[in-house]
Amino acid sequence: MILNRKYLLGLQNLDKKELQIVLDSVRPFKSLFTRSVKKAPTLLGKTVVTLFYEPSTRTRTSFEIAAKRLSADVVNITVAASSVVKGESLIDTGKTLQAMNADYIIIRHSLSGAPDILARSLDASIINAGDGFHEHPTQGLLDLYTIYEKKKSFENLNVLLVGDILHSRVAKSNIWALTKMGAKVSVAGPPTLIPPKIETLGVEVYYDLDEAIKKADVVNILRIQLERQKENLFPSVHEYVELYQLTKARLAKAKKDILIMHPGPMNRGIEISSDAADSVNSVINEQVTNGIAVRMAVLFLLKPKAGKNEL
Amino acid sequence: MDIILDSAGFNQAVEKICSEILRDNPSLDNLAVVGMHTKGVFLSKRITEALSKRLKKPSLQFPFGTIDITLYRDDIDDLGLDIPLIKDTEIPFDLNKKNILLVDDVLFTGRTVRAALDILISFGRPKTIKLAVLIDRGNREFPIEANYVGFKYPSAKKIKVECKEIEKVDRVIVL
Repeated sequence: MILNRKYLLGLQNLDKKELQIVLDSVRPFKSLFTRSVKKAPTLLGKTVVTLFYEPSTRTRTSFEIAAKRLSADVVNITVAASSVVKGESLIDTGKTLQAMNADYIIIRHSLSGAPDILARSLDASIINAGDGFHEHPTQGLLDLYTIYEKKKSFENLNVLLVGDILHSRVAKSNIWALTKMGAKVSVAGPPTLIPPKIETLGVEVYYDLDEAIKKADVVNILRIQLERQKENLFPSVHEYVELYQLTKARLAKAKKDILIMHPGPMNRGIEISSDAADSVNSVINEQVTNGIAVRMAVLFLLKPKAGKNEL
Repeated sequence: MDIILDSAGFNQAVEKICSEILRDNPSLDNLAVVGMHTKGVFLSKRITEALSKRLKKPSLQFPFGTIDITLYRDDIDDLGLDIPLIKDTEIPFDLNKKNILLVDDVLFTGRTVRAALDILISFGRPKTIKLAVLIDRGNREFPIEANYVGFKYPSAKKIKVECKEIEKVDRVIVL
């Protein structure tokens, strides 16, 4: 069973059935990792381009490993070393890559909607690897899978997202996916970092982390983007640490089997303490491993020959 | 509906496969069994049960694995949405130096077996790989033959192997 989709632009577009197909497809890819030969010939002869307009090591590397384990040829383009610095537009860059027969273009861009623009202009399969404050669908899927693997079901599961919800595309993708799967999603953070009216997406809002963490089965800690501090969205890093850092002391108030997640890269000592990040409840490293398997599943499940009408 | 093998015929075919295996390797030395999803998995259980009965060792256990060939198919671009959900490929033993008995329900073009061989060697270097199939339909597209065949039915007609575990009856029918 595969997805009748050519693109993965966001989890807002996927319905529950499609999310379940992804969840059910990951394990066979993950089981490849323990073989002596970790590759399958599924995408032999296909070309995958990663086009990153923002810095990234883990997402780009994860996609690269995923594509290589499926035997595709991978080309990495980072903006500092491309014609973009000479002024080439996004669409022209995309068309050039297409003329070189790219079958999949994996794009990260600081502007929300950039992957949609490529999808509307090109025939290649477009995968969003993070766009602005909008979505980061493969991170959302790997978070979803990591929770599913550990907790087996989303029914009555309380998932808490902590930190900068406003600027976090990871939070948006998590909210879309988790609420559709039946989980109860809460967010906690400083009022200035919680988007107004986020309740309309079906999430509960907390400003007090000590209160919010009591009922959580899963806590997903978002990275504090230190550059935001210049915008005076919270008074000081010190105050953020006091009120919202996930610490051993705060975990003592949580359920014993709480899962601790973080999409990375972590600012240890800011949004999460080292002893929390390295505790037995932490699945942060498993998220990275699952990320490769989930991205392999996505590359496999998209249907490059589908029409253009299913954005 | 044409029945190619009824329940008794199905059993006879399994017994024929067992006789041929034992003629080849009487002590079943270093044998490990790998079933190809979905029906090959059930069939390999039938074969190992029959082998242990013959050797009068009811507790006889062979290392056992399963294979799903989806990721190794050569026609994946042509299948469209008809790709089934991928099942687990599990080889929970060291297959180096083992004599592998690969089991599938039907041998036809040979392409599925080609994919299964690629998967097996991605786990290591078995001493031998031999193929057992319940039905040989002929019409090969690749130079691949089975070592042990339960029943020959050379035909281009689509057939279906039914197993107790799913269809409540062991038989083979023409679709």
